[in-house]
Order: sequence, then structure tokens, then C-alpha cells
Amino acid sequence: MHNTSVKSPLLRVRHLSTEFVMPVDQRVARALEDVSFDVYPGQTIGLVGESGCGKTTTLMSVMRLLPANARLSGQVFFKDTDLLTLNEKSMRSYRWKELAIVFQGAMNALNPVMRVGEQIREAITLHKLMDREQAETRVGELLEMVGIPKERGAQYPFQYSGGMRQRAMIAMALACSPSLLFADEPTTALDVMVQAQVLELLKKIQQDFGLAIVIVTHDLGVVAELCDTVVVMYGGKVAEYGPVDMIYNAPQHPYTQRLLESFPDLARSDPSEALASIPGTPPRLTELPPGCRFEPRCYVRLEKCKFEAPPLLEVNDNHFAACHLCKGAEARF
Amino acid sequence: MSRRDLLIRKLLLSLVTMFVVVAINFVLFRILPGDPVRAVIGRNVKISAEVQQSLREQFGLDKPVFPDQFFSTLGQWARGNLGVSWSLRKPVAEILVAKLWNTLLLIGLGQILSIFLGVVLGLFAGWKRKTALDVGALTFSLIAWATPTFWLGIILLAAGSSWLGLPTRGIVSPENVGKPLYTVIPDLMAHLFLPTLTLSILYLGEYMLIMRSSILEVLSEDYILTAKAKGMSHWQVLWKHALKNAMLPIVTIVALNLGFTVSGAIYIETVFSYDGLGKLFQTALTKQDYPLLQGAFLLLAVSVILANMLADILYTYLDPRVKAS
Repeated sequence: MHNTSVKSPLLRVRHLSTEFVMPVDQRVARALEDVSFDVYPGQTIGLVGESGCGKTTTLMSVMRLLPANARLSGQVFFKDTDLLTLNEKSMRSYRWKELAIVFQGAMNALNPVMRVGEQIREAITLHKLMDREQAETRVGELLEMVGIPKERGAQYPFQYSGGMRQRAMIAMALACSPSLLFADEPTTALDVMVQAQVLELLKKIQQDFGLAIVIVTHDLGVVAELCDTVVVMYGGKVAEYGPVDMIYNAPQHPYTQRLLESFPDLARSDPSEALASIPGTPPRLTELPPGCRFEPRCYVRLEKCKFEAPPLLEVNDNHFAACHLCKGAEARF
Repeated sequence: MSRRDLLIRKLLLSLVTMFVVVAINFVLFRILPGDPVRAVIGRNVKISAEVQQSLREQFGLDKPVFPDQFFSTLGQWARGNLGVSWSLRKPVAEILVAKLWNTLLLIGLGQILSIFLGVVLGLFAGWKRKTALDVGALTFSLIAWATPTFWLGIILLAAGSSWLGLPTRGIVSPENVGKPLYTVIPDLMAHLFLPTLTLSILYLGEYMLIMRSSILEVLSEDYILTAKAKGMSHWQVLWKHALKNAMLPIVTIVALNLGFTVSGAIYIETVFSYDGLGKLFQTALTKQDYPLLQGAFLLLAVSVILANMLADILYTYLDPRVKAS
């Protein structure tokens, strides 16, 4: 959102909707609806929300890695190309070379019977960026960069610790020097010290390479530390979207407000006080409420919230929220 | 643990298993009814008690079963002396070795064919899940796996001989008996066709079903998604990442089957009058030829143990995690 005047966005997601047709009863699960956001070069965006609200599905939709029963609509412009219109073969040339992804946990994201170095090298030679020998050297450099001795590239994933695996995964993601990096809960399933290491590493990469990062997390601390822009998702839709300081200091959507309240703050006045939580659970994607998706759990709901889905409004400069209580011009995505 | 240490450990374990099997084999034939001296001479031949006694002494049968007889027998077996067949009047080891090659030829061909076809078919069925190919392959495999060996053998024998004019019995035609097998390959192939086909169909189903479920499991793993995210095509993902992981269960099953097919060939060899181990076992059993049976049991047990050892060794090459645990 910063520097928007000088740079054009790297990724423009426009009205992206993703549906899954259930194989058993042909019911449709609407995992994403009308999701729009921009990613500028060098920016870090955080996708936050509860489990099942569509964060990972957003990444998978952009990379087009969803199972065959997924139906996508809308546009996903990478630079000037709409990725959703590409055939499978052209799409493959974008994966990893332009858009790389670090998966959750990395426990099983590496092939157990293949040497780690080999798995990294494979990404480079697959896109024919270098010959084999150059690629070997590059693998060594990548491993050293994430703090793994290059000799250990000859080892298998089971010989790595959890944190090392995640760092190896990050090294692999950088193998083809992508301009956009997706990180799907990169610190989940790691202990706190290792989490800090991985976050440090992501920060360093961002500074050194100036690549854009989209990070999926439900850890608002991670977002505050790394991101400059936040997309809050709820029930497959964008609830609120804006600069990180605006979201944290002046949240507009009731869901964002409750989400922030439910996050532990070590500086709060009475540490013995129980953490706030949001009663209820996110809606089932096959039985979405007709109006606002947060309405059943909302504490300030209006009568019309039940029947009318609120549009995404620009409540402030580059700060958007989808709530009937908010005032602003309708977002022009 | 290095591969060498692992192999040594597996070898020692196999030796221990072998010893137990040998001991059981020894005991089994000592508790069967019948007097060895009588069996050798013939039931109705009249001989004096002194002669019987001297025969007993000559064969060491006057000594206690354990430890004397046990260890001397073990020593003989270790030197490859498995005794003399009562019905064929030839050394058991010699008979077994002669038939072993015929059986290995049949089983080898059948297994290679069924492993190859089963793996390929299972791979495609799993990959193209819920398509006509998958349903077709699945149905075929279930039927093939459930079909009794002898029944399928007889049906194929009838069909193959009447419609294709294929030979119905033996390994080669009568005029080629005794010639080295490599000089009569076309004739050999014609004879091998039906039994090999029977064996292949029977095992194909099993391999296909296991490969299918194995590949389905592997394709749902995270590292497959990583491979796709890297920009690999379906083929590359399947070939470079899925296949090796999915093959692990197959290796175990193949090893187990290799051991058991030696005995499993009994039905097929009987139906096709194929002159191999299976048919030999059947003959030994009907003629109550104890030394031959004892040798056959020993060979079966050893082949199962060896096949398992082979699988263990192969595993260390396929799965690096095995060495660590």
C-alpha cells in the first residue's frame, strides 16, 4: 500500500472465488468469494483469520494447486498475465520461478527418500536456469544462506531437525529467485526459539532480496513483526484489509476487533484476566449465512446483516472493511 | 548405522531363523510314524534282527536322537547331503537342484511380468482414480486375486490348447527332451506361455491392488504438493517423487511372494504337468517319500528366509530411513 504511486503491483487478485464440488453429494463449498487484494514488489502481506476461513485456499488458488474438484473464477494478475487463463503447461513455468511457496511445518513437505540438496537442485534444473554443475554450487550457497552447512545437502530430511527442515524449505523456495514468496504458516509446529529464527530469516531474505512475501498465519504477533499490510479473512471473504498500523490501532470490522482482543498481550494491565474469545465457530462453507458471514457471531449486528452481505468499503486511505456499520466509498477493485 | 553393520545384523538374524527352521524340520520327520530301516529295505522283506541292528548302527540310528543324531544330520545337511530319496533312489539334493531351475524359470518369468504389469496398472489406476480405467483395473484385480489357482490354470489350459493350439504339458516337446534349454527356446516359450500367464494373472491382481493404495497414499502427501508447486508436470511428480515412495510396500510383498511361490507353483505345475519343484513335492507327498519331503521343506524354508533377507537389503537402498532406525 505504501509507495503505490511509484510501483505497479506484482500480484493483483481480483474478485477471486473458489468453490469445491463435494464428490459425494455434489454440494458446493464456497471456500472463497470475491477476494481482492494487491501485492506490491518488496511488500509483506499477512493473511490472517481463523482456521478454515480461506487463507491457504487463497494461496493455492493463486498457484492453481487445488484438487480437480475446485472451480475458480475472477482474475489473478501476475504482472500483466491473468494466471487463471493460462493452460497447465504455461502455469508450470510460473510456479517456483516467479511464485514460490514455503509450506506449513515442512514436516512432510520434503521428500523423505531424496537428499535435501537434490530436492533443491531439482527446482533449479527443472526451470533450466543453470546447468547441473552451476546448480550444485547454487544449492551450497542457498543452504549456507539459511544457516545450514552445505555438506548437509547430502543428507535426508529425517536427519534434519524441524527448524532445519523449515530453513531448507526456505532455501528451496529461493532457489529460482522468485519475485513473490508465499509462506503458509511457516512457523506452526516449531518451538518458540526456532519460530524466532525462521521469522528472522524471512525478514533478512526480504531485506536482502526485496521480494514480496505473502504470509498466512493466525499469529498476530508474526504479522505485527513482519507485515506492512494485513488482509483479515472470514468465511472465505475479505473482512478487513489495510496497512498494519491501521488494522492494529483502528480496526473497523467487529471480527478484526474481536480477533485482536483474543490475542495475548503481555503488557496488559491484569495478566490474570482470562483471554477474550469469540463465541461460536466459523460458518460451514456448504451452509453459509445469506447476509454477513460474521453475523451469527457478531456482537453489534444490525437487522439487515442477516439478509444483506456488506460490500467492501474504503473507510480510509487504502483501508477497507466489509461491515454495515462502516462508512466509506465502495472499494474499486 | 552403516549399511555394512545393518547387513551383518540381518545376516545373523537370518542364520538364527535358519537354525530354528532346520531344527523344526528335523523334529517333524522324527515324530512321523515309520521305521527308517524298514522303509529302506521294504516292508515285507524278511531280515534277521542282527542285520537290522547292524544297519541301524551303520546309519547311526542306534544313537540317541538328541544330540548325536541331530548334530550329525545337521552336519550332513550343511555339506549338502540331504539323504537319498526312497522313491527315486537318487540323492535328494541332486533331484531338488535339477527341478529348481525349471521352477525358477517359471516363477521368475511370471513374477517379473506380474510385478511390472501390476505396478504400472496400479500406478495408473491410483493416479486416474475413479475413472473407467481405475474401476476396470480394480474389478479385474479383485477377481484375479480371488480366483483359485488350479481353476484358472485349467480354464487357460483348455482355452489355450483348443484355440491357440498351445502344448498342454511339460517344459519342452518330447523330441526336445534332454537337449539344453537354450537350443529350443521357441518350443520352451510355447510350453511356458500358459503356466506363466496363469501365474502372472494371479499375482498381478495383488500387486496392482497394493500399488494402487500405496500410490493413493503417497499422492496425498505434502511433498507431492511441493513437487507440483515447483512446477513439475504430473509425469515428473509421479516418476521422480511418487514412484520410489510407493514402491516400498511392493518390495515387501514381492519378497514374501518369492518365497511362497515356490510352494504356490505346486498347483500350476500339477495342472500343466510342468516338471518343477511343485510337481516333485506333490509326488513326494503321495509316495510318502520322507527324505525328499524333508529336503523340499528345507528348501522352501530357506527360500522364504533368503527372499526376506533380500527385501531387507533392497530396502536399505530404497529408503534411507531404514539405516537409521
